[in-house]
Amino acid sequence: MVVSRRIVLTGPGIAWIMALLVIPCALLLVNSLFERGIYGGIDYVFTVENYVRAIDPLYGEIFWNSARVAGITTLISLALGYPAAYCIALMPKRRQMAFLILVMLPLWSNYLIRTYAWMVLLNGEGLINRSLIGLGLIEAPLPLLYNDFAIIVGLTYAYVPFMILALFSSISKLAPELREASTDLGASPLMTFWRVTFPLTLPGIAAGCVFVFVLSIGNFVTPDLLGGGKRTMIGNLIYDQFLTARDWPFGSAIAAIVIFIMMALLTLQAVLVNRRGRDETTA
Amino acid sequence: MNRNPIQAWLSAHLLLVYVFLYGPILVLVALSFNKAGMPNVWTGFSLQWYGELFANEKIIASVGNSLFIAFAATVISTVIGTLLAMGLEERRPRVATEALIAAPMIIPDIVMAISLLSFYSLIKLTLGSHSVILSHSAFMISFVCAVVRTRFKHFDRSIIEASIDLGAGEFTTFRRVTLPVIAPGVIAAALLGFTLSFDEFIIAYFTSGPSSASITFPMQIYAMIRFGVTPDVNAVATIVMLVSFFLIFLSQRINREVEA
Repeated sequence: MVVSRRIVLTGPGIAWIMALLVIPCALLLVNSLFERGIYGGIDYVFTVENYVRAIDPLYGEIFWNSARVAGITTLISLALGYPAAYCIALMPKRRQMAFLILVMLPLWSNYLIRTYAWMVLLNGEGLINRSLIGLGLIEAPLPLLYNDFAIIVGLTYAYVPFMILALFSSISKLAPELREASTDLGASPLMTFWRVTFPLTLPGIAAGCVFVFVLSIGNFVTPDLLGGGKRTMIGNLIYDQFLTARDWPFGSAIAAIVIFIMMALLTLQAVLVNRRGRDETTA
Repeated sequence: MNRNPIQAWLSAHLLLVYVFLYGPILVLVALSFNKAGMPNVWTGFSLQWYGELFANEKIIASVGNSLFIAFAATVISTVIGTLLAMGLEERRPRVATEALIAAPMIIPDIVMAISLLSFYSLIKLTLGSHSVILSHSAFMISFVCAVVRTRFKHFDRSIIEASIDLGAGEFTTFRRVTLPVIAPGVIAAALLGFTLSFDEFIIAYFTSGPSSASITFPMQIYAMIRFGVTPDVNAVATIVMLVSFFLIFLSQRINREVEA
């Protein structure tokens, strides 16, 4: 009776996700092991050629560049997000919610439009260049748009809220007594941060970093619009293989590698959080 | 309030983060009322771009299409997602189940887009608005489920037992006891799901097929901004952001009301 009730409630949802997420992803893995057909379809002949091709220097460079851009974005988001989350965590409880909603609100506006806003700001005739010229700081417009710099700005803009939320949930759990004890024992604020606050908020840092990194490395829209559509990131490469080059097996192999990277990072983060949790309970 | 210099620095930093988050949005809104053709220099107040917007049949058609898709996907995902949340909150689910349900929220959208395209092409499903509805409902279920589950955290399960002890059937208990308690969460989840679907671009782009009848609003925006800055987008952007913020505000309000 209990079992059947549970199946009625959770069955449709689980079946839905299985059919539209798990099976399609499994299909992607299967397709990545076949050859490309002459007319762009799939020839069902087993091969690992797609994976060999993916680590070829030509494509390896795209992977490396994506990881670099995503890594820089993650570090900048952490540097921007940590003090912000810390500041909100220090506020009285009833004020926190309003400030967190202010952090989250931009997430609910259209992603394309938020990216477009940076096209307006960063282009040669844009507000930033015009202001800098107006102030006499530069003479010719800086090349701010259609490069990695613009991609990093756009990704940081889009994902720093996730970082702040992840960090906040970790920092706000910290008992203020720990910091007070550290200060009472004569530690400087910097020492207290480095030896007490920082290590204890590592799970939040890990969660935020994994989140931002994963979202950035697989991103398509930002590199396409702010990077000028040059094939610089994995997302664009997958897009091209599916819609332009029509090499689905190769595109699937690249997507599969993205899934592997993502799962490895999530597992790493889970292990880190678990170990922290154990340390705290045994301490 | 606090003269602690560290706290002062932190507050200043937080303010800068908010400027970073809202500056670009505000610039866009301001420029939507700009008279000039180039959207970068202020030349005076005008509603010209809003006028042109409503005369643009492509945009209007794409908005209509997106509204239809978002509505259908919201109905599907709200029903399935709410049932899922109820089932999961009755007994603690396994870690694997939790991971499965979180997966649609964290998978990169381009990966989900191409996997769905591959899947639809394998089962020979013709692409169109209906395939976008299916695709969207898949990830929306996870979000709906997550929001509704937060509602159960304050839920006193004994009132369900009381209802059954007093002779109410399963359905009556759901309708008269469970639903009224979780309703704000369900409505909030539906509004959130609707916004997510309306704004979703990549999955729709890959699974909508070649027909112009299934072009969604974000696809239309993408086509407009793909090759540079155009002034009419500022007006669209302003309206869309206002509507999104309003829906989210509404969703937050509804979900909070009963808690207080």
